[in-house]
Amino acid sequence: MKSPKIQMSVVGPVLALVVLLVLGASLNPSFLAWDNVTNVLARSAFIGIIAVGMTFVITAGGLDLSVGSMAAFIAGLMILVMNSALPSLGVGIPIVLLGMAVALAAGLVAGCLNGILISRLGIEAFIVTLGSMGIYRSLVTWLADGGTLSLDFGLRTFYQPVYYGGLFGVSWPIIVFALVVIVGEIAMRSTAFGRHCAAIGSNDQVAKYSSVKVARVRLTTYVVLGLLVGVATILYVPRLGSASPATGLLWELEAIAAVIIGGTMLRGGFGRVWGTVIGVLILSLIGNILNLTDLVSPYLNGAIQGAIIVLAVILQRDTRQGQ
Amino acid sequence: MSEPVLALDGVSRSFGPIEVLHGVSLALRPGRVHALIGENGAGKSTAMKILAGYQPPTSGTVRLDGAPTAFASIGEAEARGISMIHQEFNLAEQLTVEQNIFLGRELKRGLLLDKPAMRARTRELLDLLDCHVATDRKVSGLSNSDKQMTEIAKALLRETRVLIMDEPTAVLTSAETAVLMRQVRALRERGAAILFTSHKLDEVKGIADDLTIMRDGAVVWSGDASEKDEHAMASAMVGREMRDLYPAKGPAPGEVVLEVSGLNVPGHAEDISFTLRRGEILGVAGLIGSGRTETFEGLCGLRAATGEVRVKGRPVTIRHPWEALDLGLCYLTEDRKTRGLLLRKGMRENLTLQALDRFTHGLIDTTAEEAALDKAVREFDIRGSRAVRVGNLSGGNQQKLLFAKTMLSEPEIVVIDEPTRGVDIGTKQQMYGFIRGLATEGRAIVVISSEMQEVIGLADRVLVMRRGRVAGELAGAAASEDAIVRLAMGVLPAEETVA
Ligand SMILES: Nc1ncnc2c1ncn2[C@@H]1O[C@H](COP(=O)(O)OP(=O)(O)OP(=O)(O)O)[C@@H](O)[C@H]1O
Ligand SMILES: [Mg+2]
Repeated sequence: MKSPKIQMSVVGPVLALVVLLVLGASLNPSFLAWDNVTNVLARSAFIGIIAVGMTFVITAGGLDLSVGSMAAFIAGLMILVMNSALPSLGVGIPIVLLGMAVALAAGLVAGCLNGILISRLGIEAFIVTLGSMGIYRSLVTWLADGGTLSLDFGLRTFYQPVYYGGLFGVSWPIIVFALVVIVGEIAMRSTAFGRHCAAIGSNDQVAKYSSVKVARVRLTTYVVLGLLVGVATILYVPRLGSASPATGLLWELEAIAAVIIGGTMLRGGFGRVWGTVIGVLILSLIGNILNLTDLVSPYLNGAIQGAIIVLAVILQRDTRQGQ
Repeated sequence: MSEPVLALDGVSRSFGPIEVLHGVSLALRPGRVHALIGENGAGKSTAMKILAGYQPPTSGTVRLDGAPTAFASIGEAEARGISMIHQEFNLAEQLTVEQNIFLGRELKRGLLLDKPAMRARTRELLDLLDCHVATDRKVSGLSNSDKQMTEIAKALLRETRVLIMDEPTAVLTSAETAVLMRQVRALRERGAAILFTSHKLDEVKGIADDLTIMRDGAVVWSGDASEKDEHAMASAMVGREMRDLYPAKGPAPGEVVLEVSGLNVPGHAEDISFTLRRGEILGVAGLIGSGRTETFEGLCGLRAATGEVRVKGRPVTIRHPWEALDLGLCYLTEDRKTRGLLLRKGMRENLTLQALDRFTHGLIDTTAEEAALDKAVREFDIRGSRAVRVGNLSGGNQQKLLFAKTMLSEPEIVVIDEPTRGVDIGTKQQMYGFIRGLATEGRAIVVISSEMQEVIGLADRVLVMRRGRVAGELAGAAASEDAIVRLAMGVLPAEETVA
């Protein structure tokens, strides 16, 4: 920490973000305009909120591939419940609160299921979440009967401010994202929970022999992630007012990529939430810049993101060997 | 005297800004066993790694057959006949014994592996070492001593001119050590140069021809081993007169705090019963594999176990380690590398891991953590830079940190498994004093140890285990080396019963 040598794993992501900002600003003057900035941030918020939860899961040596389809399933469920409660509750705050409660409860249960299978029964996280990923995706397709589930029009108009509205010109998704990040950063850095996650990810035997409640901490990481998926969905549904089998597609990969770009180790043992935020911003800025300029086709977005992920891991490896 | 095969000439080595070796010179001659001794963190392992080409020196020269050499890789050093056995195991855990021994130099017939030939050669080498482990066993399932024998067999396979062994006997029983020493003598006969280190000075006395003593990264004495007896070695290492390794025994112990009856640990131990009193040190002796570790892991909720346990008279069920800790019962592992410490983390995170709730008031109080680390470093004399990861501390200092970590949660009943493995003699004395101090404070202590002298010197009472059962209990003067060995091996004390 006190070493004067610059650590590439710390500076790297920040540097990449700055380069992207400079590049974006020089290519298109409207890049730094308030509207574009808030737009980018609001779109990043869903992945970002999920990625903060994912940071804890990965730090504790786990992985969750199911978050994208979990979000789609929760969105579908939320819309169904709200639509069917409409005749009795009518358009108003109670029905929105009901929808939110359903989303949080569904996230909690889904996270619990993943977590229990992984931490209590000791099944590989990759396998469990690969399975649940398929299950949720198929469930939402079934709920929507292969098509799209749409929120009642009146309800949608009422609910929309949760995505588009905000405080002092900052939209709700951005505010919630910021809150999640602040709480997450503090939890990772200076609570026993964060320390225990890192210990378990480093060596779960050592954690066990140090009287850490290994299974409980692991379970908690998946539950927290599930809840955050619920939160992200609450903010996402008012944006389009619908859910389809394509909702949340590849979110899991974007979230995992953001975590890794941010300097959290994929094999566990070390994580940082602020890094994840930078990772999320880098990924969405690339897309944004490609859309604003016509230097490179936006279709190459995925290729550039992929290259950056590999680069991030190479940079991390170099510093670790140098230590 | 013959010319040295391999030598260090004024070698220094730094890690970052810290210099840990200062102008060390050391010469290995064919047909001689050279012992390198020194306190924990003195730089023995570092000097050995430089000799074997694992690390380059920062300044100074490594000479092979008199000519300055810089090994480009470990492979190059090996190709020139230099093998090293590390302090910590260097085996691929998921591979079998024979795959490990032939790793990187597999025998082939055409394109395919010649498995029968490798198996036969492995068997031959292991038989030479009196090691009866199956050659197709996975290394991860082996006992520490079998792992060590695999390491040694691996080194013997290479045509060795120079064999460097870093604390090879730390995990071996005395019988296994004797087997190893026989092999070392055979290698010496064949003209190999051997360098080894050990904190067991009787071994050093028994086999070394040449002796080098290091302190704080510099050589303080070098010469013919016959010139120093064990006592003089210890004093030169520590830099002060060494006497009274073991503290005086304490006053009569207090009331019973732990009662165990009929403890079963499936597959490892059966029907274990004993009591432990406040202020008492109970030694647990037995051969490796007699189920000592497993018994106490079972007791502390680290593995499945059944049986009756009473803590301070109250019947308790312990299914998880934290439940044991809540009852003031704590187990300190013998395996610091894979169960004791987070090697990639710093000292502070390791120190407070078990007692983190003491430093947490909503958020972790890092200032208090640092203060606790200051105190632990002082109290246990932990040497090494705080900036390094724990994996880079010397072995003995890792052990001291592990000790400090366990004591931070202030358990009333502590089970300490192999407390001084890899610890130098000066620190041993400190740790014995500390363990006795804990007992005097009113804690109850169990010390599991494979070092007979340690059990006898430290414990008030000795429990001897054999094949997963309690073979007997010895107290006071009855706890002699002879009596313990008889119980541990299952030999009846013939003369005494007749008389
Ligand atoms: N990779 C490294 N980075 C930083 N410091 C290191 C590294 N390797 C060793 N050291 C430091 O060098 C010093 C000497 O360590 P070394 O392992 O050689 O001691 P040792 O004599 O073998 O001790 P022990 O008897 O405990 O095994 C220690 O203070 C240790 O912390
Ligand atoms: Mg060493």
